[in-house]
Amino acid sequence: MNRIQRLFQEKKEGILNIYFTAGHPGLNDTEDIIIELDKAGVDLVEVGMPYSDPLADGETIQKSSSIALKNGMHLDLLFEQIKSARQKTDIPMVMMGYYNQVLQYGPKKFINRCSDAGVDGLILPDLPLFEFEEKYKDIFEAAGLGISFLVTPKTETHRIQKIDEVSKGFIYMVSTNATTGGEASFSNEQLDYFQRMKGLELQNPRLIGFGISSKKGYDAACSHSNGAIIGSAFIRALENGQNLSSTIHQFVNSIKNG
Amino acid sequence: MSNYEIDNRGFYGKFGGAYIPELLYPCVEELRSQYESIMQDEGFQEEFQSLLKDYVGRPTPLYFAKRLSKYYNTNIYLKREDLCHTGAHKVNNTIGQILVAQRLNKKRIIAETGAGQHGVATATVCALMGIECIVYMGEKDIERQAPNVKRMKMLGAEVRPAMSGSKTLKDATNEAIRDWINNPHDTHYIIGSVVGPHPYPDMVAKFQSVISEEIKWQLKEHIGKENPDAVIACVGGGSNAAGAFYHYMDEADVRLIACEAAGLGVESGETAATSVIGSEGIIHGSRTLLMQTDDGQIVEPYSISAGLDYPGIGPLHAHLIDSGRAEAVSITDAEAMKAGFFVSKMEGIIPAIETAHAFAALEHIKYKASDVIVINLSGRGDKDLATYVAWDNNEYQHNH
Repeated sequence: MNRIQRLFQEKKEGILNIYFTAGHPGLNDTEDIIIELDKAGVDLVEVGMPYSDPLADGETIQKSSSIALKNGMHLDLLFEQIKSARQKTDIPMVMMGYYNQVLQYGPKKFINRCSDAGVDGLILPDLPLFEFEEKYKDIFEAAGLGISFLVTPKTETHRIQKIDEVSKGFIYMVSTNATTGGEASFSNEQLDYFQRMKGLELQNPRLIGFGISSKKGYDAACSHSNGAIIGSAFIRALENGQNLSSTIHQFVNSIKNG
Repeated sequence: MSNYEIDNRGFYGKFGGAYIPELLYPCVEELRSQYESIMQDEGFQEEFQSLLKDYVGRPTPLYFAKRLSKYYNTNIYLKREDLCHTGAHKVNNTIGQILVAQRLNKKRIIAETGAGQHGVATATVCALMGIECIVYMGEKDIERQAPNVKRMKMLGAEVRPAMSGSKTLKDATNEAIRDWINNPHDTHYIIGSVVGPHPYPDMVAKFQSVISEEIKWQLKEHIGKENPDAVIACVGGGSNAAGAFYHYMDEADVRLIACEAAGLGVESGETAATSVIGSEGIIHGSRTLLMQTDDGQIVEPYSISAGLDYPGIGPLHAHLIDSGRAEAVSITDAEAMKAGFFVSKMEGIIPAIETAHAFAALEHIKYKASDVIVINLSGRGDKDLATYVAWDNNEYQHNH
C-alpha cells in the first residue's frame, strides 16, 4: 500500500490537495514548498512538471510553467528535488504533467525515477486509458505507483466506471468543463454531477479540482467528495507573497479556516 | 485495404490517435462518432460538391508549365489551388467542415491560423453560412500577415491574438483547443491542417483529397494516363500535401515528395524541418514527429513562411516518411524565396511563400527528361507581397 492509499484509508473527508508548478517561483523552491505544505497541514501534494504546451491548463499555470522552464527546470533536477524532500516528509506526492514528457524521458526510466524519489502517483491528462492499460498498467503496479485519471461533468457513466477501474489512488473530478484557474461557483448542473458521481459508489476516492480558490469552494467540494484540489489560486498566492513559508501557511490557513 | 488509411483507433501505423485531456474528450468523441456517416450522407455530398463547384471554383486547372518545363528539361504540371476562392486550397476543408458543424448543430466556429489562409477560408465559410467565427492567430503572425488579418475582419470574424510561446501557429492552436475545452456545447473547431487528434487528420485529408482526385482525371486528359512520376507539395502540418498525395498513396510508382521549411538551415537552430530534426512524440493531441528537447518540451520553430512555421507534421506524413513511402526535402528560406521570384517571372504566377518551397524542390530532386511531375500550387502569393519586397531589398535578411 502506498502513501496515497494509506491517506484515504485514514482520512475519508476534507482532504486538501495542493498543486504547484515545480521551478516556480524559484528554480530551487520545490523542496521548501513541499515541506511547508506538509507542515501547514495539507494532505497531498501535486507537483506540476512544467510543460511548454500545457493544453488543459489556464493562464496561471501556463505562465508559471514558462517561468519555471526559463528558470531551468528539467526532469532530472526535479526528481533530485523530490527525492531530497522525501527524506524529510512522508506526505503523499503525485506528479502532474503531460504524456510527451514521460515518453521522451523514457517511460520505464521515468517510473523508476518516480519510485526512487518517493513519488506515489501520476496524473497525465492526455494519456489515453487504453494506452495506459496496454503499455503501463503492469509496470505501474510493480513500482507501486498510483495513477489518477480525470472525470468531467460531460463524462458518460460507462466511461466513469472504466476510469474508476483503471485509476489507482483517487479520481480527479474536474468541477467544470473549463481549463484550470476559472472562478466558478457551483451551479445546479455541477451539483447534479457531484451527486451522480457519489451515487456510482466507485472504488476510488474522489477529489474535486478546477476553479476552487477559497474556503467556500473547499467546503463545497468537501461536502460532495473526499476533498479538493487547489492549483491556480495557490500559484497566484506564491507570486504575490514575499516570504515562501509565511505565504504558504497563510494560504492553507485561509482555505481551511477562512 | 490501403496501408495508408487509419486503423480503428485513428492511427496511421504508429502515428496519430487522440492524446487529449478528458475535458476535450466529449467534443472529439462527438465528432469522431459522426464524421464518417455525415460525410457519406448523400445530402451532404450534394451540398459539398455543389459548393466546391459554384463557390470555390472547382475543378481547379491542371496547367502544363511550358517555360518551367523547358528550363528544367522535364514535364511540369501545376495544380492550380491558388485559383480557389480565397486564394489557397484551405477552403476545400473549411467548406467540408462548416457543413459538418451545421449537421452537429454547432452555432459557433473557432479556428487557428498561421499564414492567415485558413483563417480567411474559415471566416469566409462562416460568412457564407451566417455563423459566428473566432480565429486564433499568433501575435507574430498577425504582424507578418497583415492583409489576411484585415480580410478576416472584413469577413466578420474576430481575430484573437495568441500571446504565449513563440506567438505563432503552435500557440494559436493551443489557444483554439483551450477555447473548445471552455465551450464544448455550441462550438465546432475547424482545424486547418491534417493535425490534431483523430478524427481530424483523416477528415481533413478526405476533404482535401479532391485535389488528387482531380489531378488523376486531368492528367489523363493531358497525357493519357492518371499517374505522374512524382507529386511535389510543401508540408507544414501538411493539408495540401495530404490532398495532393491522397489518391496516389497506394500507387507505388508515383513518388511523393514533401517539402519542409528548413528556415535558415536544418542545423541552424532556426528551422521547421520536422522530419529531419524531429522525433516521435505528442503534439496537439496526435502522436507524430515533432521538434522537441530531450525533456519533451516542444521547440519553437522558425520559417520565413508563416504557414510552414510549425514544430510538428501531420501523422499521415510522419507515417509516409517513416515508412519510406514519401521523400522529405528540406528547403531553406533563401531557396524558397529564389524559387518564388523565379516562378513569378517564368510563368506569371506569384506563389505563396509556402508553395515556393515546393518549387524549390526541383533544384534538389533527381528526375528524367521524360518524367511527368505535378507540383501542387497550393496558394497565391498576394498575402506575401510585403515579405517578397523586403527580401528583394535585403531588408528581411537584415532583420533575421
